Amino acid sequence: MAALSIEGVGKVFGEAEVLRDINIEIEAGEFLVLVGPSGCGKSTLLNMVAGLLSISSGRISFDGQRIDNLEPKDRNIAMVFQSYALYPAMSVEKNIAFPLRMAGLPKDAQMQKVGEVCALLQIEHLRKRKPAALSGGQRQRVAMGRALVRDPKLFLFDEPLSNLDAKLRVDMRTEIKRLHQRLGTTIIYVTHDQVEAMTMANRIAVMEGGIVQQFGTPAEIYDRPANTFVATFMGSPAMNLLDAVVDESGTALALGDLRVPIPPIAAAPPPGTPVKLGLRPEWFDVGGAGEGRVALPGHIDLIEPTGPDIYASVEMVGQRLVTRLPAGTDVTQNTACTLSVSIENAPLFDAQTGLALYAD
Amino acid sequence: MTVEAARTPGTLQRVLIYAVLLLAALFFLMPLAAMVFTSLKTMPEITGAAGFESNTILTPPQAPSTEAWGTAWQSACIAVACEGLRGYFWNSIVMVVFAVFFSVMFGAINGYVLAKWRFRGDNIIFGMLLFGCFIPFQIVLIPMARLLGFLDMAGTLHGLIFVHLCYGIPFTTLFFRNFYVTIPDELISAGRIDGAGFWSIFFLILMPISLPIFVVAIIWQFTNVWNDFLFGASFAGADARPLMVALNNLVNTSTGTKAYNVDMAGAMIAALPTILVYVVGGRYFVRGLTSGAVKG
Ligand SMILES: Nc1ncnc2c1ncn2[C@@H]1O[C@H](COP(=O)(O)OP(=O)(O)OP(=O)(O)O)[C@@H](O)[C@H]1O
Ligand SMILES: [Mg+2]
Repeated sequence: MAALSIEGVGKVFGEAEVLRDINIEIEAGEFLVLVGPSGCGKSTLLNMVAGLLSISSGRISFDGQRIDNLEPKDRNIAMVFQSYALYPAMSVEKNIAFPLRMAGLPKDAQMQKVGEVCALLQIEHLRKRKPAALSGGQRQRVAMGRALVRDPKLFLFDEPLSNLDAKLRVDMRTEIKRLHQRLGTTIIYVTHDQVEAMTMANRIAVMEGGIVQQFGTPAEIYDRPANTFVATFMGSPAMNLLDAVVDESGTALALGDLRVPIPPIAAAPPPGTPVKLGLRPEWFDVGGAGEGRVALPGHIDLIEPTGPDIYASVEMVGQRLVTRLPAGTDVTQNTACTLSVSIENAPLFDAQTGLALYAD
Repeated sequence: MTVEAARTPGTLQRVLIYAVLLLAALFFLMPLAAMVFTSLKTMPEITGAAGFESNTILTPPQAPSTEAWGTAWQSACIAVACEGLRGYFWNSIVMVVFAVFFSVMFGAINGYVLAKWRFRGDNIIFGMLLFGCFIPFQIVLIPMARLLGFLDMAGTLHGLIFVHLCYGIPFTTLFFRNFYVTIPDELISAGRIDGAGFWSIFFLILMPISLPIFVVAIIWQFTNVWNDFLFGASFAGADARPLMVALNNLVNTSTGTKAYNVDMAGAMIAALPTILVYVVGGRYFVRGLTSGAVKG
């Protein structure tokens, strides 16, 4: 039985429909990431699960029990906010103890649980401090402590790392993932960072324009994107989409003069159909064709070394695309070159609808 | 700020700056000095009688005496009674304590609701409250008198307190609402998730960070209520007269010679509580007015 199921949920603010027909089901202990660009409705959905916003349609249930009409405090959830929302006038330990205090736990039981949580998060030395005297990372930990202390069935995180600097963000990311493995609590985590989504999730829901564009495991999302939005949103640099037309034979794509066989994972549309061929930057390499590879003559117009990789912007068949080559690859700016690309797993999209065309 | 202004001034400039500031301070303190001096002088000294011909209003008292203060406090004649200001002082204290306490508490709760709990028509209600801030005193006098009569509070102290509450709550609501809209909503959401209700969120989470705006509201209400003359003169009966009305009656007594020293002592007595409130709360007053800086 699914732990959390969101069925046909929608949200309307006045005239504006912000979320439409959201369907998501996750098992107990799963780590669900809601990812999407700003304004796509991630926070709105999370707040509806939390009970901070009412739902306009559909139903939300947890462990088979409908929860969308319950008060937040009766839903057995805890939430970590983007701004951490620590209570400014309370010390760290008072902040963490607050949910227990509201639940009417006796003082010594409160302090014992606070002690456990502080030990787990390594913030014991900060117990007496006020939030104003903490760094961003420390506040983040206290906010997590306040969520952990009640042993909730479901954790909700709304972009908890977006106020941290790059290094701390990566550290905390690992730490949250480790915490999840250790506690096994179900988590819903909102982010607009696709790397966070890929690294942390068991399940990802990619959202855009108030609807779920694709819901699946990270591998499904990355390897079999359902449409051009998901294809370009997940992955960095973004997947290249090349305009092409299915040629007369119906088995190859015409990119200008070039003929490329239709990738094995794609279904062949009728001849003459305009399509987009998705090529991930990391599928490219210098040198000629080989097994399952296609050679593409091009012209390198910009090189960006990043350390482990070189991002090379290449113009080929009249279109510009970005490739990601291993450091040390012999490429020079403003020269002609021949790159080969593996098209084994390249998805094909209908140019009109943007939907992926898979063989199975 | 320009680069010029950031440069430390030279000695001459510094002397000039201090001189100007000192002069300004002296200028503004002059009336206060005149009041204090006069209240400590004897009548002959004030009127420039024989022996004091060269005296001006700013000459320090030659033999300071607190007699006028004593008279003003307990034996000056106001209307028919000669018991000084003390009874009226007490009236004003009672009035100001109740009026300030309730108007600030109601304002805080109203502001909290208007800023953090949206409900149907909240903007209309806020608009109406705002309108309440702009109604001139004089317009409400007659309707208010009718209302007090209707409520059987005409001429009483609690009637006067009621009037001050009606007039003060729109202002305090405005102050608190504008303060609470700067507090992130996530703080309220966090409270709700942690199991805090409407009142717990207010008393446990918001109140402890509201000190600056409480001070602003208290000072504002205190000075307005304490210094009010019109409402006091219009609505308070003989037993409920506040200090400001009594002071006016004291100063405007037309019989006999004017006891300037008693008048000045009375005025000082009337001004002391507001000065005290500013001294205690002034630091927070400025901070509260400029804040919005209380972040989560
Ligand atoms: N109270 C509201 N009234 C009207 N529209 C709202 C309200 N709250 C949110 N919206 C709209 O709903 C949409 C989704 O907002 P939401 O906050 O869920 O986005 P998000 O995906 O969390 O974005 P971000 O990554 O910027 O946090 C936005 O277009 C926003 O303008
Ligand atoms: Mg958001």
